[in-house]
Amino acid sequence: MNIQINGKVESFVAETLTVSALLVAQKVDMPEMVSVEVNGDVLDRDAFGTTVVKEGDTVEFLYFMGGGRA
Amino acid sequence: MLNDEQIERYSRHILLQDVGGAGQQKIVNAKVLIIGAGGLGAPAALYLAAAGVGTLGIIDGDRVDLSNLQRQVIHFTPDVGRPKVQSAKEKINQLNPDVNVVTYEDVVHAGNILDIIKDYDFILDGTDNFSAKFLINDACVMAGKPYSHGGILRFDGQSMTVIPGETACYRCVFHSPPPKNAVPTCSQAGVLGAIAGMLGTIQATEVLKYIVGFGDLLTNRMLIFNAKTMAFRNAKFNRNPKCGVCGENPTVTSLIDYEQPVCELKKN
Repeated sequence: MNIQINGKVESFVAETLTVSALLVAQKVDMPEMVSVEVNGDVLDRDAFGTTVVKEGDTVEFLYFMGGGRA
Repeated sequence: MLNDEQIERYSRHILLQDVGGAGQQKIVNAKVLIIGAGGLGAPAALYLAAAGVGTLGIIDGDRVDLSNLQRQVIHFTPDVGRPKVQSAKEKINQLNPDVNVVTYEDVVHAGNILDIIKDYDFILDGTDNFSAKFLINDACVMAGKPYSHGGILRFDGQSMTVIPGETACYRCVFHSPPPKNAVPTCSQAGVLGAIAGMLGTIQATEVLKYIVGFGDLLTNRMLIFNAKTMAFRNAKFNRNPKCGVCGENPTVTSLIDYEQPVCELKKN
């Protein structure tokens, strides 16, 4: 399947993947640091294991970013 | 009405069809609060002062440190050791004496934030920690105050604008602060100084767009950029019906002081 991750099209052999598996595949080593949205909807953190992405989906990994004042 | 000096000072704004004399008058009448006179707040404050924002509130409890000067362009070398709000007010007044600067030498917390933001039209989050970021988001949502979120780290920046009750808020995207020590701090991970300028001026631009009322705000999307590749991207999203503060069944009904600093605050 082809899905768009953070604006880039990525190809996977699998036809579907859970978000948890996708995070592993994309080498996101600290999933607690990332917020995931699929097709514009932000996922609950406890839904990563049960939410499945498929061909044509748009996925965004949004990272916590502080910065600014210190 | 703008006087002759103001018409000259703001002529490059007035020439813009989307701003004009009427738009400039809105800027002159506006009250904007900048939370944090640091990396993001410094450039934002300078550009908003230059733009002629009538009242600029600045809240920061810190003093200027030598390591701030690499990016916090409102503070100069002789300011080291002085309260940031004092240093910022001085530069703003020199740049544009028309600006009424209101300073708060303090940090925002659950007990004071609602009282501070109530006097302002727009809030700019230039803070460095998630405790403050969630507090600002929740307070702005509860008080119905539009605000701009900004974050920077290393070579990356992100910003979104929140119009409470209408567009996705910070908590819609990031449900709760990250686990302690999960996010590298600015002082641990570093940040390219110019990134602060890039993001702070993006936030200032959002403020002016909101006040004057032109263009499309950074709502329901996060602008994300990386300075190494100079790639800018918009991640679009919807309001989250399960959002803890602006969702259908809010669980956050009073303000919370989380104890989770991102960047260890330097004690002077």
